[in-house]
This record gives sequence, structure tokens and C-alpha cells, in this order.
Amino acid sequence: MSDSKKENSPEKEVVKKPRLKSLNIDGTKYKTNFTKSFEERKAYSPYNEKKITAFIPGSIVKINVKKGQKIRAGSKLLILEAMKMKNRIIAPVNGIIKKILVKEGENVSKNQLLIELE
Amino acid sequence: MSLKQKIKELQKKREEVFSGGGEKAVEKQAAMGKMTARARILELLDKDSFQEYDLFVEHEARDFNMDKKTLHGDGVIIGIGKIYGAPVCIYAQDFTVAGGSLGLMHSRKITKIMDHAMKMRVPLIGINDSGGARVQEGVNSLAGYGEIFFRNTLASGVIPQISVILGPCAGGAVYSPALTDFVFVVDNISKMFITGPEVIKTVLGEEISMEALGGAKVHCETTGNAHFFSESETECFDQIKKLITYIPWNNTKKAKPFPTKKPKKDYKIESIVPGDPKQPYDIINVIRAITDNSEFFEIQELWAKNIVIGFGRMNGETVGFVANQPLVLAGVLDVDSSDKAARFIRYCDAFNIPIVTLVDLPGYLPGIDQEHAGVIRHGAKILYAYSEATVPKITVILRKAYGGGYIAMNSRHLHADFVFAWPGAEIAVMGPEGAANIIFRREISGAENPEEMRKLKIKEYKDKFANPYVAAAKGYVDSVIEPKETRNFILQSIEVSSDKVAERPKKKHGIPPF
Repeated sequence: MSDSKKENSPEKEVVKKPRLKSLNIDGTKYKTNFTKSFEERKAYSPYNEKKITAFIPGSIVKINVKKGQKIRAGSKLLILEAMKMKNRIIAPVNGIIKKILVKEGENVSKNQLLIELE
Repeated sequence: MSLKQKIKELQKKREEVFSGGGEKAVEKQAAMGKMTARARILELLDKDSFQEYDLFVEHEARDFNMDKKTLHGDGVIIGIGKIYGAPVCIYAQDFTVAGGSLGLMHSRKITKIMDHAMKMRVPLIGINDSGGARVQEGVNSLAGYGEIFFRNTLASGVIPQISVILGPCAGGAVYSPALTDFVFVVDNISKMFITGPEVIKTVLGEEISMEALGGAKVHCETTGNAHFFSESETECFDQIKKLITYIPWNNTKKAKPFPTKKPKKDYKIESIVPGDPKQPYDIINVIRAITDNSEFFEIQELWAKNIVIGFGRMNGETVGFVANQPLVLAGVLDVDSSDKAARFIRYCDAFNIPIVTLVDLPGYLPGIDQEHAGVIRHGAKILYAYSEATVPKITVILRKAYGGGYIAMNSRHLHADFVFAWPGAEIAVMGPEGAANIIFRREISGAENPEEMRKLKIKEYKDKFANPYVAAAKGYVDSVIEPKETRNFILQSIEVSSDKVAERPKKKHGIPPF
């Protein structure tokens, strides 16, 4: 922003080599620095229909199923209240309830695992 | 009453309003490390240049006992003044008066000075320091915000609009700065968010401090909502003053020229850029090797650092620089850097500022996160902005210019006016390693020693394509120049473009990939 900060001679501004990272683009490895957002980027994990997660942070109002229960695609699993809306969380596939990881009244954060199916 | 007495009465009335929200509130403001609204205006503007309007405006709220309350100036100061002689319209919300909350008359004062700025075609500066809507005034305060947003939008690209966040700016209020050209923030003072920490905690159960949610650093480094970061209000005002010297008063004018100065001798343009395209360097040193007095006023220097944008002067005239930064992420284009550059290009185009583009990039950043974040849509913005721009557009290819990145960085094909390349420039579909692996896949895999063959083929490709002459042979590059000739080539390009005519089809407006 200010001119004064960077006005020292460019030749003196030796890039400290050990700190540089390597970025591979099309097979060429470039020596460079990373940005915070690049370093903190989330690793991709493919969608798993057997893992029911909270799509929004909120609280569990009611759980409609029990461990071991057989369910069909479309069965109501639980009610997740968020932003003053009661959201019905529905089974995406047929299966059996393998694990229920939350209790009624519990607050959950976004992407938290709620129920596992098998 | 004699005139003398009447003058005395006026002075008394003025003094009364000047006290703002009273001693206690002023003390509280100081305790938060903040100046008062009036002190801010006086420090920012040229000495004795401030003329105030609507000093005696009073609110009209009658409900909730509001009729018994006096709110001096209704919590906002408006007027005109000068910065280094340039006329500006200004408003500053006064946090000491009802927390700077926005009611009907408060908003009418702001829209009045906005209308004035538009009518007189002078820059508008808004100093935001407000708790938000004045709840007692209900929908009237929402109406006020809406009227401000509408005017921000109409003024966009006509007069420069500068937002200064010197306190809270939350909820709907924050959309006014978002609609303006430049947002200035100060560490530990500025807070911008749509929903604050308390609401987030009650609704979502997530805990975060105001500073971590929407402090100055966050908006400069992470969100890109702010353009200029400073440690103190005084430093912030200095930045605003400096910016004003680089930009014109309105879209029919050019920025005021300065006396020409040569770049400083420290910046030896030929020794800044390493020959090996894999090695980084600071592109800002190249900019400083070109600009008058080696001065460069960087914008958004903390966000999307893989592209550098900002103003410099050449022969005294303001020039906008867009340059890949090999020091960060090898200078790639990605979602954020495309957004950053595209908006700046449009700013320069709207305000008659020639654009100089310095190219050294390996292309767009690969990655699932980038693809899923919409790098197609965001990356397209830069193509749109360059193609649409009719100001003089000059490109210098310093080193790598590969693939889509080459096209995007104001190439001849997007109708750059002048394209120059240094002799070390590599203009190609991709880097030699990647290209050789594709073109010579069979030769490499079929060879007795594939690694040896790969190296051979990379070299073959490099010799043949990794240079500026293939593009120069087609006229895509106008001249291959020595680095030390760069400033002169740019200077002459700008000079010859002073009466440039570039027609665009008539339309209501385009539909850029927002």
C-alpha cells in the first residue's frame, strides 16, 4: 500500500530459497509461495449416501428411527431445526440404521455426521 | 434582536450540535480508540475546506419516546470539502449520537449529499461508523438503506465512490460499501458483517469474535471485501488522500497529471526477472522499474496476492497495472485473482485510465476446489473485462504466457492495442514439460531410455515453441523488445492512444459473469 515500505533496492530483496514451495502445473514444478486460502483448501471427499450429515448447523428436535431398524429410501430419519425451520432429514437409500451419533436436543455443526446406514 | 445577536445565537446553536452525543459518548468513542466523526472529516479534508450542510436536521420519530430525544444532526455529518484541491462530497456517521444508527432523516442527509455529488460530478466519500438500523424507526430506516444502495448503483462508474469503515458496519448497512469502488478499513476498528457473532451463536451455535468474523484483516486477506488496510485512522486518511491523487473526479475526466519523473536507478529491469521460468521474483520490482519515480500504489495487496493491481504514473499520467505475481502461486489465475483483476480493469475502463498488463503465468490453477468454486465463471470475468474495455490496453509478456492464461491476460486476441514481449517470453499452449509429454508420448514410452527421451523432447519443444517469435511471426506480438526498452514502448503507446476510438455495439448493458 505505501510506497515507502518497498522502496529498498530490488537486488537486496533476495528470495529466501528454503521457504519457497513447489507448485506443479502441467508437469512443471514452479518455485513459489502459497496463499493462506490455497494452503487451507479443503480436501475433496466424495458424497457417501450411507453417511447422513447435517447440511446446515442446527439442533436435533426429534429422532424417528432406532439402531438396527430397516428403512426405505424416503423414510423420515430425524428433524433438524435450523434458521427457525424444522427440516425433515430423509434416507437417500434403502438400508439399516447402523449407528445414531446424535441425541434429541443436541446442537450439531455443519457437515457433522448424524446417522450411519448399512 | 440585532444581527450581531442573531449571529451569536447561530454560533451557540452550532456549538450545541458540534457536541455530538455529549461528553460521555465522546469519551467512550475515544476509549475505543476512535476519532469523532467531525474530527475525522477535518483530518481528512484540506484545512478550512469543509462546509457543512443539514447541521440542524432533526429526526421525526414519535414512537417509543423518541419524540423526547434530541439527536444532533440525526447522527450523521454531511458536506463538501477538498482533498489536495480536488472537490469531494463527504458524509460521516457519528457513533456518539444514538450509536450512529440510521433513521429516516439520517438517511435523507446521506442521500442528499450523494445526489449532490452526482449532480456536481465529484467523488463521494462515506465514513461508516454505525450500529445499524434505528430500530425505533422501523421500515423507514430500511427505506433509507435502500435509497442509499440505489444511488450507489447509479453513481457507479460515474463518480469515484470511496467507503471508509471506522467502526461497526453491520447488516444491510454493509451493502453500501460493497457497492462502492474502494473500501478502507483500520485494524481493530472496522467491523463488517451481515450477521454478527451473537446471532451466529444463537442460530448456529458457532462462536467467533467480531474481529475474527469481520475485522479489517479478515476483509483484506480472506474475503477481498476491503481494498486498503491500515493500522490507524491517520494512516487510513493518508491512503485515501493518496488514492484521490491517482483518480479523476468523474468519468468524463482524466486523473490530474503530475510532473514526469524517471524511475529510480535502483530498479535494474534486466536483473529482476530470472531466466529460468520456474524461479520466482517480485513483479512489483518490475512495475517500479517502469513507473515514474518508481512509485506504485497497490490495491488489495493482501488478498489474492498471485495477481498485483494498482496505480502508477507514466509521463505523469495515471496508469492501472495488472500483473501476475510469480512469487505467489507461481502467478496463476484462479477464482480470487480473476475477480480481483476483472473489477480493477472495469474501474480503469470506467475512469479513463490506460491499462498496462504484465504477463508471467503458467495458466489457471488446477484443483477440485477451484473447479467446484466456479473458476469457469470467475475466470471468465477477466476475459469479459479486458474485451469490454476501450481505454488504451498495453500488454508486455515478460516470461511465461501459457494456455488460457495467455489469452486472458489482455492478449492481442482480446483486442489489446499493443502487445510487446521480452526475448525470454514463452508463448505456448502449455509449459514444455507438459506439452512434450503429450505430443511425444509414443516416442517417450517407446524409447529405450524414456527419461532420456523425455528430456530430449522437452528440449526440442522448448527450442521450437518456448519463445516469442512464433507469436511474433503471426503478428500476435507487435514487437519483441529488450527489457530496458519497456518504459519507452509503454510511454509511446499511451501517447499515441490519447484520442483512441474503439466502438462497442450499442446496448443497454452487457451481462458479465457476475
